[in-house]
Amino acid sequence: MTTLNGILIRQLRRELLLAYRRRGDALTPLLFFIIVITLFPLGISPEKVLLQQFGAGALWIAALLASMLSLQRLFTTDHGNGVLEQLLVTPCPLSFLLATKLMAHWLSSGLPLVFLSPLLAEPFGLEWSTYPALVAGLLLGTPVLLIIGAISAALTVGLRGGGLLLTLLTLPLYVPVLIFGTGAVMAVSRGMSAAPHLSLLGAMCLVSLTFGPWLTALALKISLD
Amino acid sequence: MRIWLPLQRLVSARYFFEFSSRILPWLGWVTLLILLTGLGWGLFYAPTDYQQGESYRIIFIHVPSAWMSMFAYMVMAGCSAIFLIWRIRIMDLFATSTAPIGASFTLIALATGSLWGRPMWGTYWVWDARLTSELILLFLYFGVMALRAAIDEPRRQGRAVALLTLLGVVNIPVIHFSVEWWNTLHQPASITKAAAPSIHLSMLIPLLLMALGFTLLYLYMALQRTQGAIIEQEIDSTWLQERLSNNTIETEGGTGK
Repeated sequence: MTTLNGILIRQLRRELLLAYRRRGDALTPLLFFIIVITLFPLGISPEKVLLQQFGAGALWIAALLASMLSLQRLFTTDHGNGVLEQLLVTPCPLSFLLATKLMAHWLSSGLPLVFLSPLLAEPFGLEWSTYPALVAGLLLGTPVLLIIGAISAALTVGLRGGGLLLTLLTLPLYVPVLIFGTGAVMAVSRGMSAAPHLSLLGAMCLVSLTFGPWLTALALKISLD
Repeated sequence: MRIWLPLQRLVSARYFFEFSSRILPWLGWVTLLILLTGLGWGLFYAPTDYQQGESYRIIFIHVPSAWMSMFAYMVMAGCSAIFLIWRIRIMDLFATSTAPIGASFTLIALATGSLWGRPMWGTYWVWDARLTSELILLFLYFGVMALRAAIDEPRRQGRAVALLTLLGVVNIPVIHFSVEWWNTLHQPASITKAAAPSIHLSMLIPLLLMALGFTLLYLYMALQRTQGAIIEQEIDSTWLQERLSNNTIETEGGTGK
């Protein structure tokens, strides 16, 4: 007898195992993150004063792009080999299954990015005092990015040119996360509290965690109908 | 039940087509009249602004199109919600027809805004909160249109686009306030709106006329485009073919006399 919890745990294990077996897929967005960050000093300026000013923004933009890049592997393989249809006919609610999928995806691509960010903040000369705000912001913000992206990915699954379309749909919706995420770091570096920004990010995180899996399931049902 | 009957009829493609064919000519003339009156009043009769001179007159185009850019998105979102919940297909067609019109209004608002900004602020573009969120609204319109263009199956198309539209409408206030906050953080009060004195009645009346005219214009264009969409979708149905052939006979008869 399999209970709902049993199914979900098994599903989570499957997703994590798949992520582990395809380490390269999870690694690519991280490398992309690092490379994009390298481009900012090259393209704008290597001067310490400027670096400190746009460092937080550069990190956040790179995180935004990296998490968007990782979205493409969210549904494509599962769609290609028919797993999505199987999930759809499972007697377990699709939103629960997708929640585990999203969790596994975040653990394999979002969390490493959060851990990596202080290392990459150092070359930009960001002060140590801003690191907690940066990490906390990314910790709260990357799930939001993932969930907004997952809804769009579910809408575009199986479409020709879906990848490019995905960027067009998601990037405008990412704006608030970018603003509050960068805002938290900037606030600390100006001697203010990061709490307002972080609370707003936290609120967005909670809202998207609540409704995200359900909306993703709805979008997926529309796409695979 | 009796109250609902006309509404139920109206949402079927056939009656919607009949109804809109009947009101479209009237609507067109009324719109033209109001727009010409408002434009003439605004451009020639309204007094010159004591601070901005003549160039303020662009608001008679700019402000109504900025209003309409948001109004059209709201209409689109409302139609999408109704379509998703009750599966009323005409709502999907109306939302489809609205998207490019709304995008055009947004573009007009941005273009006229930057033309006005040149003499007033000395630059075509400022990263002001309103400008930025209007720009993002344009991107949202583009996203909706691109998603529709990318999906071929009609069943999937309408619902997917409706969901995206609703996702956008939830985000519009969040985007707006975040951008507003971002702006106040980055460049405190570089543009105060000249301590805006409340607008004088002689300018307000033509402005409101233009707003009304733009709303009617939007309605006119959206109805026209929805009719086009109906023709495209229902071309095989008998009623439409009868209707269209009747039309040609009538016009042929008209020219014959």
